[in-house]
Amino acid sequence: MRALTWHGKHDVRVDTVPDPQIVNPRDAIIEITATAICGSDLHLYDAVIPGLMPGDILGHEFMGRVVETGPKSTLKKGDRVVVPFTISCGACFFCQQQQFSACDNSNPVEKQEASELLYGHAMSGLFGYSHMTGGYPGGQAEYVRVPFSDVGPIVIPEGPSDEEVLFLSDILPTGWMAAENADIQPGDNVAVWGCGPVGLFAIQSALLMGAGQVIAIDHYPHRLDLARKLGAKVIDFKQTHVLEALMEMSGGIGPDAVIDAVGMESHGFSPDALMDALKQKVGIGADNVHALRMALMAVRKGGRVSIPGVYGGLADKFPIGALMEKGLQIRTGQTHVQRYSKELLHRILEGEIDTTFLISHRLSLEDAPTGYRNFHGKQDEWTKVVLKPGMAQGS
Amino acid sequence: MHRRQTDLPLAAAVLALTVGAGLAASAILKTGPKRPPDSAPGRTARRSGFGGYQVAGRTVTIAAPRSRIYEMWRKPDHLTDFMEGLAAVQVSGEDVTWVIDTPDGHLAVETRLVEDRENEALAWRSVEGAEIDIEAKVQLRDAPVGRGTEVEAHIAWRPRAGIVGQWAARLRGADPKMRGKQELKRLKMLLETGEIATSSNRKAD
Repeated sequence: MRALTWHGKHDVRVDTVPDPQIVNPRDAIIEITATAICGSDLHLYDAVIPGLMPGDILGHEFMGRVVETGPKSTLKKGDRVVVPFTISCGACFFCQQQQFSACDNSNPVEKQEASELLYGHAMSGLFGYSHMTGGYPGGQAEYVRVPFSDVGPIVIPEGPSDEEVLFLSDILPTGWMAAENADIQPGDNVAVWGCGPVGLFAIQSALLMGAGQVIAIDHYPHRLDLARKLGAKVIDFKQTHVLEALMEMSGGIGPDAVIDAVGMESHGFSPDALMDALKQKVGIGADNVHALRMALMAVRKGGRVSIPGVYGGLADKFPIGALMEKGLQIRTGQTHVQRYSKELLHRILEGEIDTTFLISHRLSLEDAPTGYRNFHGKQDEWTKVVLKPGMAQGS
Repeated sequence: MHRRQTDLPLAAAVLALTVGAGLAASAILKTGPKRPPDSAPGRTARRSGFGGYQVAGRTVTIAAPRSRIYEMWRKPDHLTDFMEGLAAVQVSGEDVTWVIDTPDGHLAVETRLVEDRENEALAWRSVEGAEIDIEAKVQLRDAPVGRGTEVEAHIAWRPRAGIVGQWAARLRGADPKMRGKQELKRLKMLLETGEIATSSNRKAD
């Protein structure tokens, strides 16, 4: 089959690789009809997330048709499914608590060592991501092997287009959980850093949850415009003092809740240095925590801090004093996608949530490297790229 | 020229002081006042000696009843289904021979069941004349509310090759501590999900 593979910093290629097979009884094989490039794929593209290997197939936002099932899969051939990016067994203590991204049983045993060293515990397996989360081949391909296919995939009724439901795989539930983690109360002032897809979905979710005012912070005019269209007020940090503006726009109190939908950005650490440091059990370099630092300073006393943005390492100059003295609460984590699938599918089918507004480009799978280059380099216009293996190259 | 001559003894003195202070500090730490025992399992102690034995152990919580886990260990023929470091198990009454994969080839360890408390504990000890002096024990406890069973496994063994051999084994990925932990995680996966997770896209040939 054809698949988008990672070969190093800013080097992704479409290669011919062996087709996946049913390996375990609960597996299914999905033929991909649509897959997207995610902001966290850009962290891989920039090589700031450790534990990728040349030849790894990327992609963790995907959907398609079931073409083969293992004996314990509950899916049927021909089912149309969206697949959560988190791989979860459904049976362990964490899955039972609906903390699906903390699943104990989906990250292969031998891949857990690095995470235990770096984080104390290993998280669930993820598609198309670091080998610290299993190194599972991803869905920017013609086919993908889906483990625990009786737990993750959501069967989609005929009717809605792929583009209307594709983002149930990651960014929609991620934006939703970001708002839920901010514990939004009716009338709240909410500030969101980053108007990428997750930030935009967090804005939409916060408003649905009853926020009185959502203030979006970014510097790309087009992205700020999308936020404005969703009903947010916007701050362009290139022209405005953010902290001062947030105080003025919240009656001198500060936002009740803040959401960091930026994450570690591109000034991270190189993977080779990181892996070496990891082996030596010493410091592993510093994530860029600028947005989070601002959020902690801006949020009102006793306020809530939600972090959907991705971080991988350690933070320098983290304002621990502001966190403690102001009595803040922090909630974060990789998304427990399966927890939200049903409810969010329902809201899409009911027309309460539109997910298609942020798609800027549709490309064939063969053109995926172009998609990466532009999603990375032209962030203002390229807000979201959907890849379609069935589409002709160059169209 | 003159400077160099005076600097050398100074450097030596600094070095001697530093080394001396280090030795003194370690001596104080080693012979420091005796502390009352704490509640932690002995194998997590900071000391490294356990009467000439190496000790490794690990606890996992498995969402399965104690009886099911007890049965698996009581009839260990099928442990090779999930234990990657175990090449074969031969059972004859109370005697069990464990054929362990090591970087130096297969190591057959003959043991005898020395403790058997139904749904609570099992222990095996190497027999007289076995290739290695070892004891292995599995203990089962109910986990808090509905979490299943806490499975605690530990082994104590007298290393064949001394400290150098242990480090060599660690470098070759044969560290019993890590291997034991990984085997228990595989057991948990098998009992909780019916399979062992792999990110391989193809069946092994």
